[in-house]
Amino acid sequence: MQTKRMTFSSRWLPYALLAPQVLITLVFFVWPASQALWQSMLREDPFGLRSTFVWFRNFERLFADPHYLAAMKTTAIFAVGTTFLAMGVSLLFAVMVNRMLRSREWYTTLLVWPYAVAPAIAGVLWWFMFNTSVGIVPYMLQGFGYDWNHRLDGTDAMILVVIAAAWKQISYNFLFFLAGLQSIPQSLIEAASIDGAGRMKRFWTIVFPLLSPTTFFLMVVNVVYAMFDTFGVIHATTEGGPARATNILVYKVFRDGFVGGNLGSSAAQSVILMAIVIVLTVIQFRWIERRVNY
Amino acid sequence: MFKQSLMAATAMALVAPAAASAQTEIQWWHAMSGRLGELVEQTAATFNESQSDYVVVPSYRGTYSEAMNAAIAAFRAGEQPHVLQVFEVGTGTMMAAEGAIIPIYQLMAEHDVEFDPDAYIPTVVGYYTDPDGNMLSFPFNSSTPILYYNKDVFEAAGLDPETAPATWAEVEEFSQQIIDSGAATCGFTTRWPSWIQLENFLALHNLPLGTEQNGFAGFDAELVLNQQEPLIRHWENLARWQSEGIFKWAGGNDGPDAGPTFYSAECAMMMESSAGRAGVMANAPFNVGYAMLPYYADVEGAPQNSIIGGATLWTLSGHDEGDYEGVARFFEFLSTPEQQAWWHQNTGYLPITQAAYELSQEQGYYEANPGADVSIMQMNLNPPTENSRGLRFGNYLQIRDIISEEMEAMLIGSISAQDAADNIVERGNMLLRDFESSLQ
Amino acid sequence: MVQNDRFGTFLAHLILILGVGIVVFPVYVAVIASTHAPGTFLQGVMPLLPGSHAIENYSEVIFQGRSTAGAPPIGLMLWNSFVMAMMIAVGKIAISLLSAFAIVYFRFRFRIFFFWIIFITLMLPVEVRIVPTFEVVANLNLLNTYAGLTIPLIASATATFLFRQFFMTVPEEMLEAARVDGAGPMKFFKDILLPLSVTNIAAMFVIMFIYGWNQYLWPLLITSDESYYTVVMGIQRMVTGADSEPLWHLVMATVVLAALPPILVILFMQRLFVKGLTETEK
Repeated sequence: MQTKRMTFSSRWLPYALLAPQVLITLVFFVWPASQALWQSMLREDPFGLRSTFVWFRNFERLFADPHYLAAMKTTAIFAVGTTFLAMGVSLLFAVMVNRMLRSREWYTTLLVWPYAVAPAIAGVLWWFMFNTSVGIVPYMLQGFGYDWNHRLDGTDAMILVVIAAAWKQISYNFLFFLAGLQSIPQSLIEAASIDGAGRMKRFWTIVFPLLSPTTFFLMVVNVVYAMFDTFGVIHATTEGGPARATNILVYKVFRDGFVGGNLGSSAAQSVILMAIVIVLTVIQFRWIERRVNY
Repeated sequence: MFKQSLMAATAMALVAPAAASAQTEIQWWHAMSGRLGELVEQTAATFNESQSDYVVVPSYRGTYSEAMNAAIAAFRAGEQPHVLQVFEVGTGTMMAAEGAIIPIYQLMAEHDVEFDPDAYIPTVVGYYTDPDGNMLSFPFNSSTPILYYNKDVFEAAGLDPETAPATWAEVEEFSQQIIDSGAATCGFTTRWPSWIQLENFLALHNLPLGTEQNGFAGFDAELVLNQQEPLIRHWENLARWQSEGIFKWAGGNDGPDAGPTFYSAECAMMMESSAGRAGVMANAPFNVGYAMLPYYADVEGAPQNSIIGGATLWTLSGHDEGDYEGVARFFEFLSTPEQQAWWHQNTGYLPITQAAYELSQEQGYYEANPGADVSIMQMNLNPPTENSRGLRFGNYLQIRDIISEEMEAMLIGSISAQDAADNIVERGNMLLRDFESSLQ
Repeated sequence: MVQNDRFGTFLAHLILILGVGIVVFPVYVAVIASTHAPGTFLQGVMPLLPGSHAIENYSEVIFQGRSTAGAPPIGLMLWNSFVMAMMIAVGKIAISLLSAFAIVYFRFRFRIFFFWIIFITLMLPVEVRIVPTFEVVANLNLLNTYAGLTIPLIASATATFLFRQFFMTVPEEMLEAARVDGAGPMKFFKDILLPLSVTNIAAMFVIMFIYGWNQYLWPLLITSDESYYTVVMGIQRMVTGADSEPLWHLVMATVVLAALPPILVILFMQRLFVKGLTETEK
């Protein structure tokens, strides 16, 4: 893990600075999470009246279920699609807006504004827009001769949830890309243009590398978002269907645990999810961060 | 200004609970939103005005599953409400939670509140009684699926707008005529596919979904729906009709797309809960007809009777003994004919007592609202049998998800109807065994 | 070169206008829906032009309170949402700035251990570990309090991660210069690091304010006392529920109203972005 080459030294100050966050994390995250770990090895009724310790039965059951393994693949496709779309589009917007002088504020407002819509409501809006009977999108696609039906076509359904999930993240990414672009010293870019580098070349050789801490931050945030925070969108649009085509891992946790009340299995699924993310985060920090320029 | 509103808000937060604490409070968590939410508030207010010992405090807790989970989480932390509204598929879970619930027959007996189970409509109450006939929870809002159809489209297609299809053969025939005439592009759609095209389908044809009287006789029940030939035939038809455009799938679980499909006159018929009547009337820009669900005429015993859905009120344990006196009084109030008739007529839910049904008849409600009694007649077609009393399976919510998934796979065409039914049985039985062993 | 640049600017505008069109479209749909008569949206392909019922719908929501359906008045719900959003945004930024500062600018024992403890919380959203978290809050007697509403949601590492990433890009020379001047760590933090972070703090504030404002499931669980209801809970109460078709025109009008405060926050915070820009161009 990197630090600055030069640091302050104090025996107590860093601990004091960390204390509030560590305390909140321990009480409201680590403690409940360890209880989830315990629960994943129990077979329990929802009210917690009777429970049996079953060791790894819940996990064995999951890994023996072909649908659970299929959900992992679905999750990977969904997460990659959402992250790529959300980051690509917002980087494009941020670079374009950053060129503007007078209109910059206008574009920023317009692009950030959709973020203010509550996710629960955004789900309903997507449901309306893609509704096969009254939705505007299927209606327009029909004009191009495409018969849209996310209720029975798995690919259509996947496209729908990727767009809906990425949409919510565009404003977020845009804001940080713009903040990142604005903290790049103008002098560096000017120097490059004196050397005669074209716009594209300047972007890829100077701007993009300087932006890499932001890109790295957003990549982690987006992957985590796509894998864990998207069940609301899926719940409002496809409910994991048709025939599990959009049933990603976290939606399954939500559905089995929060809706279905099957705590043991749901806790086991949470633990697997946690393990996946820990591995992902370690990989990201260990491998990608080495190549990130500071 | 800013400061004032801050102070006002703080003052409200401080004063509000204090003002009500003179009487015993009964917490009632429910999942009724919109207009139904207003009617719930009104119900509580009427009860609170009728006596001075208890105050029922209704609290909206989100959707059915959110409310149930909130209450379960609260129970585990010792903060549960007295009364909780639970949807019918949660019945198995609640029933099994011995120690967390107080069965209503016991509650009423302990507090000497007069309680005559025979006064209730058998098909409504039957769903919520144990094998000995004891009522476990209070059927607060019940409904049953019926057929809604677009009279204008029927007329445009040259059909008699007053005659709805009675059998599935007629559904196909009428739909074909509607599509051929260009009056609409699709015949019918359905909400709640599992509830309507499986659970009610089997009840109407007097066929079992599972063993042990559909789970009523014990949690060792197993699913047997894959052995019911009429169901397999019906699902094969659904798949064929879907590909021919006669049927349109509106999504699994609650079939969320069915409403717009029907209201936009794309499909001429919709199968939906009787409690959806107010919504249909408010949103359909055409004349709506109401009819019973169709059946296959060659199946012996069909049509039997349909089963209910909706929710009941469960009493949760763990409060002061005195509080439960109030809960019992509240249930007594809810079952009075006047209150029942008022609730039934304003919400569209079924009346749960014979007296409330008769009172509504006297008041001329069904003459003024044609179609409002289709559901009651369908429920009362025949005395319920073991197959048409209802369902009581554990983990049933997850099983319903499996049913939606497999039906979708069948409609996409990746598996046959028989395979879909076999998969449901195989995966469902595993969940049933899980539930059974969690009780030991 | 100049010719080329003009074309580039034109192209950029074109891309942005198209992009804004697509990104804003769902919101536009909500606004349009709030101006139509009941039922219009379910009866045919949705209209794309405003209807004639705007005044009716909005006055019904604001003055007749149809929107609340038994919930407390909309003013109180807006206030609760505001308090919750502010506490989450400010709390999160404050604790994250401090911890990111500690992680980047100090070397101490267990640094990596603490780092991982914090970053693991990036992962699971509250909904997935909701039952155990609820039990902790209940055991601490925080049900029906603003503290219970907000503190558990502050326990997330996104902001810490962002500030850590940002601090890593701050040139080493800054620290060297500060040390030559004899500045202590807190003085360096206050006089140099904070002013540099203004743009990022503003971005974080916008994001966190909206995050707090839009919370639904957590407040629903934690508050059974209606005086703590938030406006998104009020909206949800109009939308979800068994056996009732939502009154979409009123729902959408409420949605538009509820989105106004966060939009004001965005507009206000934008000044800080512009400020950040002028500073770098100096």
